[in-house]
Amino acid sequence: MGRRPLIHRSPMPGLGLSMGITLTMLSIVVLLPIGALLLRGAVFGLDGIWDTVNRERVWKALFLSFRLSLFAAVFNLVFGVLLAWVLVRYRFPGRRLLDAAVDLPFALPTAVAGIALTALYAPNGVFGALAKEVGWKIAYSQWGIFLALVFVGLPFVTRTVQPVVEEIEREVEEASATLGAGRLHTMAHVILPMLTPAALTGFALSLARAVGEYGSVIFIAGNIPLLTEIAPLLIVIRLEEFKYDEAAAIGIAMLAISFAMLLAINLIQIWSRRRIGHV
Amino acid sequence: MSDISPPHFRAATEEPPLARWALIGIAALGLAVLVFAPLIVVFAEALAKGWLAAVKSLGNRDALSAIRLTLTIAAIAVPLNAAFGIAAAWFITKFDFRGKAFLITLIDLPFSVSPVVAGLCIVLMFGANSWMGGWLVANGYPIVFALPGIALATMFVTFPFVARELIPVMIEQGRAEEEAALTLGASGWRIFRTVTLPNIRWALLYGVLLCNARAMGEFGAVAVVSGKIRGQTATMPITIEMMYNEYLSVAAFSLAAVLTALALITLLLKALLEHRHAGDLAAARRH
Repeated sequence: MGRRPLIHRSPMPGLGLSMGITLTMLSIVVLLPIGALLLRGAVFGLDGIWDTVNRERVWKALFLSFRLSLFAAVFNLVFGVLLAWVLVRYRFPGRRLLDAAVDLPFALPTAVAGIALTALYAPNGVFGALAKEVGWKIAYSQWGIFLALVFVGLPFVTRTVQPVVEEIEREVEEASATLGAGRLHTMAHVILPMLTPAALTGFALSLARAVGEYGSVIFIAGNIPLLTEIAPLLIVIRLEEFKYDEAAAIGIAMLAISFAMLLAINLIQIWSRRRIGHV
Repeated sequence: MSDISPPHFRAATEEPPLARWALIGIAALGLAVLVFAPLIVVFAEALAKGWLAAVKSLGNRDALSAIRLTLTIAAIAVPLNAAFGIAAAWFITKFDFRGKAFLITLIDLPFSVSPVVAGLCIVLMFGANSWMGGWLVANGYPIVFALPGIALATMFVTFPFVARELIPVMIEQGRAEEEAALTLGASGWRIFRTVTLPNIRWALLYGVLLCNARAMGEFGAVAVVSGKIRGQTATMPITIEMMYNEYLSVAAFSLAAVLTALALITLLLKALLEHRHAGDLAAARRH
């Protein structure tokens, strides 16, 4: 048995052209710039990166980004599954409008979302004034960041879970009911397990998106160092101070977090395929 | 056929009406607060001082140059990414080679990189203090704080959109039609134009639509590379930020309303495509 060739011979035309365009553009736009970041980090050295990240302002920003992203993703997980269920299973006036609205966070520029949410939830905004009555400060606090991250991550879980809900066979639910299970029991033990893999994929996507989010957050956050300053903002600040090494160090730390999550997404998908057999 | 079920019969696979309406209520309330309210507030704030003030603020020199720049950037980034998407999808689906899964992962990479980090990467690669950037600046071709850098940053964050839509569709359609055309003696370009393109055109349009929406609205990556020079490197989202920070609320929200209208049109076209050409997009949707 010989080694598998790198590229199988094929009569199909356009190999050189399509491969050339693909690899050239991928390199110029994505790979070389990321390489430049990693190179900068390598020259700066692990010690330099560690010294940068190991400062209170930096690790607090990283921790804040990660923690609030996690909370937002958990919220989106629950709300997203509920939304997917409601949109697929129920018929009610305005359903299509709600369905279309789920995609808005994908289409609306983040800066627009940022100033709109701030206008609503600032102390003089419509919702902000209501919250102020009960002593709840939303904009310019961590609640505001949470809200913005919920907004940008909203569509992921719904859009990954919806097709799975559509494919659930009613027979499974009928069987469960025939065997004497109440609706709540069927939900918890039959339906939710089927939705779990897709929901977790959506959760991870929403989390990854939130960790790197910048535009919608900086307007509503207040950006107070140690309290409401997110990691991407700190990179921008370091760049404005021409501290490229430190910016690169924080960027590499964020990349590491993102890759860990990408890995998690892949592991979840492998696990879900083994467990469910399809999806 | 007569209905034999009793009047208030509830199927065992349905929730009680009360639970159903409670869930619908939560869904509607959540979307009202999170999505519809911000949407309304953009237009309300833009029109806070009347139509005239809103329209006048859009005629402002900075606003006009921002609109022009954003259109220019989209006109560069979107066709290039569409060309990349077509080439990558052709390469990946028409040929067998080792490392295909890895290549797809690399193409998807920009989706898991923070836009700010993407901008940072472009600065470190092409900035004046990198060797390549230094050489380019010395020869009169600055990349960062200029149009090419903004275009590159925009391309980075929107890189996977078209490829992601096309690859699943082209995998599902297989190679048989192209192979048949090949045996009949059609040239490569002709096969693409007359066989492949008609099969993928709706998926292509779908990808271009999403790519364009993101390209025109990109903020984080562009904020890092643009340098925010008024009238020169300030795109629409950047100009919105500058106006907002200068307490020019009507101007900021008027420009934001233009982008919001664009987002709504994008969603409308997207819904239309999903409705009319569900079959042609199905493969991508299942992903």
